[in-house]
Amino acid sequence: MIEMNLIEARDVTFSYDTKLVLRDINMTVHRGEVISLLGPNGSGKSTLLKVMLGLLRPSRGSVHLKGKEISRIDAKAVARQIAYVPQTHKGTFSYKVIDVVLMGRLPHKPFFFSYNQKDRDIAFEKMERLSIGHLAERPYTELSGGERQLTLIARAMAQGAEIFVLDEPATGLDYGNQLRLLEQIIKLAREGYTFIKSTHSPEHAFWLGDRSIMIKDGAIIGDGKTEAIIDQESLYTLYNAKVSVVKVNGSLRVCVPHAITNHTRLTVKSEKDEIMFLPLNL
Amino acid sequence: MKRPTVITSLTLVLVVMGIVSLTLGKYPVTLRDTALFLVAKITGHQQATSLSMDLLDSLFLSIRLPRVVAAVLVGSSLSVAGAAFQSMFINPLVSPSLLGVLAGASFGAALGMLLFKSWLAVQASTFAFGFISVMVAVGIARMFKGSTILLLILGGVISGAMFTSLLSVVKYCADPYEKLPAIVYWLMGGLSYADAQTVWFTAVPMVISMILLISMSGYLNVLSMGDEEARALGVPVEKIRMLMIFLASLVSSLTVVIGGMIGWVGLIIPHIARMLVGPDNKVLIPSSILIGGIYLLLVDDICRLLFSTEIPIGIVTSLVGIPFFIFVMKKANRGWSS
Repeated sequence: MIEMNLIEARDVTFSYDTKLVLRDINMTVHRGEVISLLGPNGSGKSTLLKVMLGLLRPSRGSVHLKGKEISRIDAKAVARQIAYVPQTHKGTFSYKVIDVVLMGRLPHKPFFFSYNQKDRDIAFEKMERLSIGHLAERPYTELSGGERQLTLIARAMAQGAEIFVLDEPATGLDYGNQLRLLEQIIKLAREGYTFIKSTHSPEHAFWLGDRSIMIKDGAIIGDGKTEAIIDQESLYTLYNAKVSVVKVNGSLRVCVPHAITNHTRLTVKSEKDEIMFLPLNL
Repeated sequence: MKRPTVITSLTLVLVVMGIVSLTLGKYPVTLRDTALFLVAKITGHQQATSLSMDLLDSLFLSIRLPRVVAAVLVGSSLSVAGAAFQSMFINPLVSPSLLGVLAGASFGAALGMLLFKSWLAVQASTFAFGFISVMVAVGIARMFKGSTILLLILGGVISGAMFTSLLSVVKYCADPYEKLPAIVYWLMGGLSYADAQTVWFTAVPMVISMILLISMSGYLNVLSMGDEEARALGVPVEKIRMLMIFLASLVSSLTVVIGGMIGWVGLIIPHIARMLVGPDNKVLIPSSILIGGIYLLLVDDICRLLFSTEIPIGIVTSLVGIPFFIFVMKKANRGWSS
């Protein structure tokens, strides 16, 4: 299989005024990948996402979209390929959900535009695929956080984009909504969409599998297969948190904080012998 | 209601109100004469009227029509500017005066009255300073780096305050027997100075700007989601915002040229429109234009007819606007959430 580089960041350095936020970032995003971007608060995750979207221009280095430097591509053309799903926000005006999804059609429109039936059909189709078609006429501001996040994903799909950049999509969602969101991401990834999402939760990275990138103080300190790079050492380096990474059924991994194992005196062995602690040597 | 239905009904109301307003006035004209005049004008088929056709012609077309058109233009301009500002600044509490345009235009009018004899020069000065104050606000915002929306608002506060102070300077310098009262009355806002020439001349840029704002209304939805989201959707945020600020300031400046300071219209009409048609700017912008026109026409009819002397319209719009605004704040969570 020939892998195509969708996005490539080359030696990207970014600073706000004098504050250095990203330094010498090199990363490549391939088609169909699901990338989890992990890092503590203030590590530069959001900035990196915005640089890759072309919203911020790197102070040094460059970002390439399908081989072409992103700042040289027309903004609408970029929007037809990469979609930004921002952190869930409530919005000020109570637009109908359908009106929010329709905004995704804007990159396909001329300067003076109005949305036509075709745009509406596309918007409805995307909402149906995420099972939120019934919300179309509801005010966006009255949705739950999870429904809002799905609305923004439907908008990203209406853009026609194949790369979705999500900034902490699960933050602020209740447990059920987090799971439903991840389920949709997994479903869309199977259909060939590419995801780059920042997250606060190593668990989510494990659930999604595939690839993870760890970023600390503006630099990448780990990049590779999720199960290969997220372990107790790297989590300790990243978050200064003491956690054991536990394998379930030989494949899925979960994190168990040491505070919990000490507290509950968790036994290592389960009935099927398939839950096991990896050696702990911090 | 469906979108075309709302727009059509509002247009119908505006047209009917316009015709009714033409028939209203201190000079007594029978309903029959009015009807015959309208028939004659529309179909060219003339019938005997009790007042001479010439008199009716000058009464309706030279005196009342400019006044009616002025009311509609001012009402719709202020409303569309308010609606556009509320969406692009993501704040339902802002009005067209946000960037200092009304303060600047008032200063320009007062300065013009102080310095020039010619009314045309006064109007030019009004318009010019309306624009200059917005440029000052934008200039101040551009001096700093950071959130553009916040900086523009701060720039507007500074520019507005500056021109309000300068207005005081002009008032202080003005001759207290002639010029000062003229300035003060002008600032109360009124459409009685709206002569045919001014109205027809200002109507062209106002209507063109409003049409452009309607054509660009789709961008307002996206701008109101925040700059970053709008840019990620491929919108050249700065360009579109500046263009729309330019158009909104143009029409707002011209309202002061026509009728002085008329407050509160640009703040409350977009709220009424939002309650009626929802926040989607594609419908909200044309609805605000129509409702603003209807509203000011109605208020102007009241100002003309209620008492033996005319009440300055700016006083009435404020007195109606304030209690209405309190009502709006109570019902606020339909159009915008807290």
